[in-house]
Amino acid sequence: MSHTNVTGATDLDLDAFRDLQQLAYRAAVDVAATLEPGVTEREAARRVRVRLEGQGVQDWFHTPFAWFGDRTAFRGFRNPLQFFPSGRRLEEGMPFILDCAPVRDGYVADIGYSGYLGDNALHDRLMDDLRAHRRLIVDRVRAGDTLQDVYRAVDGLIREQGYDNRHRVYPGRVIAHQVGRVRSRLPRAVVAGFGVRSLQTLVGDLLVERLHHRSPLWADGDISAHPATPGLWAVEPHIGFRDIGVKFEEILVVTEDDAHWLDDDLPHVRRWDALAPTSTETP
Amino acid sequence: MSTRTHTYVTASDGQRLAVRTEGNPDGPVLLLVHGYPDNSSVWDAFAARFTADHRVAAFDVRGAGRSTAPDDRSGYRLDQLADDIVTVADAVSPGAPVHLVGHDWGAIQSWHAVTEPRHAHRFASYTAVSGPDLDHAGHWLRTRPDGFRAALRQAVRSGYIGFFHLPVVPEAAWLTGVGGLALSALERLGGGPHSPARRGTRDYLNGLALYRANMARRLLRPVERRTDVPVQVLAPTDDAFMTDQLQSDAGRWVGDLRFHRFHGGHWTLRSRPDAVAARVRALVGEVESGRPRPRRALTAQQARRHGGSFAGQVAVVTGAGSGIGRSLCFELAERGARIVAVDVNGPAAERTAELAALLTPGAAAQRVDVTDAAAMDKLAAWVRDEYGVPDLVVNNAGIGVAGPFLETTAQDWERVVDVNLWGVIHGCRAFAPMMAAAGGGGRLVNTASAAAYLPSRVYGAYATTKAAVLMLSRSLRGELADHGVSVTAVCPGLVDTGIISGARLSGLGEASAAKDRLNRLYRLRGYTPERAAARIADALQRGPEIVPVTGEAHLGLLLSRLSPRVLRAAARVAPPV
Repeated sequence: MSHTNVTGATDLDLDAFRDLQQLAYRAAVDVAATLEPGVTEREAARRVRVRLEGQGVQDWFHTPFAWFGDRTAFRGFRNPLQFFPSGRRLEEGMPFILDCAPVRDGYVADIGYSGYLGDNALHDRLMDDLRAHRRLIVDRVRAGDTLQDVYRAVDGLIREQGYDNRHRVYPGRVIAHQVGRVRSRLPRAVVAGFGVRSLQTLVGDLLVERLHHRSPLWADGDISAHPATPGLWAVEPHIGFRDIGVKFEEILVVTEDDAHWLDDDLPHVRRWDALAPTSTETP
Repeated sequence: MSTRTHTYVTASDGQRLAVRTEGNPDGPVLLLVHGYPDNSSVWDAFAARFTADHRVAAFDVRGAGRSTAPDDRSGYRLDQLADDIVTVADAVSPGAPVHLVGHDWGAIQSWHAVTEPRHAHRFASYTAVSGPDLDHAGHWLRTRPDGFRAALRQAVRSGYIGFFHLPVVPEAAWLTGVGGLALSALERLGGGPHSPARRGTRDYLNGLALYRANMARRLLRPVERRTDVPVQVLAPTDDAFMTDQLQSDAGRWVGDLRFHRFHGGHWTLRSRPDAVAARVRALVGEVESGRPRPRRALTAQQARRHGGSFAGQVAVVTGAGSGIGRSLCFELAERGARIVAVDVNGPAAERTAELAALLTPGAAAQRVDVTDAAAMDKLAAWVRDEYGVPDLVVNNAGIGVAGPFLETTAQDWERVVDVNLWGVIHGCRAFAPMMAAAGGGGRLVNTASAAAYLPSRVYGAYATTKAAVLMLSRSLRGELADHGVSVTAVCPGLVDTGIISGARLSGLGEASAAKDRLNRLYRLRGYTPERAAARIADALQRGPEIVPVTGEAHLGLLLSRLSPRVLRAAARVAPPV
């Protein structure tokens, strides 16, 4: 977080963040492979939680979410309680998303993994089209654009692609939020899906940043009309097309004069690289 | 010239079924099944259109025409009737599957045959005219996916079924000639030349057993019957006994369904068979060509959501590159329509078509400027060549212009009239003639606006064009009704489409602050184009004159009729922009 100046984060710190992000993605991929028709969102979320807690995760920024079917696109969501895992059962021909934010030794990861039970050309297409957003975001942040402008650029790309912006359904319409080391003396407890220690950190950030007319939450409001604050940002572009929503969520490292994704060895990036190698990438 | 041969085939329970066969012995085999109270002569005009290049077989259903009649009502059970169809198919085409065509009760029996897993391999395709599967109908009445009103409308049309269950009375009606008079009146519904039917007394009397043996059991305790045989359902626009929704709902049970409407009544098939013949010819040709059947990519929920009211139809949408046009393309594609996406922005139209094609294969994009009459004519000709006459044409392209009249330039006026009004006129001129000539049943949809009936000093030019579109639609609706083409005007209201970002605000310069405020208003209203598209597609199944979309569009329409005074006052309100 900015007031603890992550720009000064050592490579060692970044390695720890990267390891945890790897661990979380691996857990999501492994659990996704176990999902069978009939499993509920609650059960899927529990599997992610159990697996990660078995691998040294002690606390949660937020406990795992699982969304099936048109809930991946947040269709019909009216209140925040609807984000929590429900009794919806997975069927053949349904998209799903697993999303979790584990905390280990004070380091935080926040990841989102999209999949589909069966085959669907449209789901593949959405996943492919998400690639442009990952590129767009890091390029625009590097160029020093304000977060509000980056958000609008992502919106424009989504509209051009024929999809709709689903991250606007998240509380505060956020596409990203800052993360950092959790240093708190509060007990490790999870209230309404969010760890109190992480919440304390986030609220602290909100207050400090507000003094600088900035926000650790990245949305399209005027409070985001500033270039990215140096630090770590968990970025989660979430695009939807009818009943299907897809997203990725991973950490963007922002320094005083540059920005890069924390890790390129992630399932969605490997998928894109398999389709067309990175070398052909042009912004 | 082909000769007609008459033979008898023995059914599995010993009844003798009279079969007549004619046409080209080397062509694909059509098997025609008539309804009640008809006999195979109902197909005479229809069959004549196929004998040159098809082998056509028609038979008298047990109890009708020259076939024998079982002594007992149980001899008319659907399982037995489906067996009869297979028995005849085996006799007329032992080696190859047949293309089945059923009308009325013949369609009901044929449905039962194609949804029977043991029999399905005997059928290459099936065309149902005015007859549902009774089990599907039972489910439809129970779950009422199209709403209570649709179920009620169907119940009214099915009233005669209750009458047929009365003892003796229906027989008396037929024998006294009262029933015949009523039937003759019903046959004239839907217009067209009326040719008297050739029916015998036994056609009227024996067939009552069809109702009495099957209706109650199937409708009250329906079972699940599915099929992968390609099926097309053809619904007359003025059917006295059948609603569209009851028939198109078969999409829930059929892997490959097409649903088309044609202008006429329940028996138009007999007097004016061209529209039905053209559809049957197209389906038989497609199946015989052996082309692989395209696969739709729907999620489990999408597949469950819709019946088949747009399945297999061709829809042309202008302004398909963004906003409501694009969303409507996706909505219709999800419901099974093949989309021709038209936009002046070529890449945007391509993108719409690309995504629509993933929902239902066969979509295409065309870059056309709707203000160009010649280009629209060319588009219409291209669509007819590539897809056939479209079932649905949506003249949706439009632009926004706002600002006071005194500051609207002549160029602004020309531009908005060109796109919003001339675009619609060109679209109607290009497509309406072919839709009328092709036997009707299609729908023409023009996007007007709630501004069409809500006067305001804020958007005079825009409202003028939209009011013209509304009146054009209403007038054209009156004119095309005789051809069985319905015309609908859509009046959306505040839908967050981005129309403001592209709008010209006259007299306000670039005025991006005003645009920002307007955009925010639209966003706060929060009515998405996806929601509007779903609403429009739902409404189009009924083909109403006007479809107001948002709440304010409904309210405005109501006020314009009940209390124009309120709207006169509202027109004077200056916006705080």
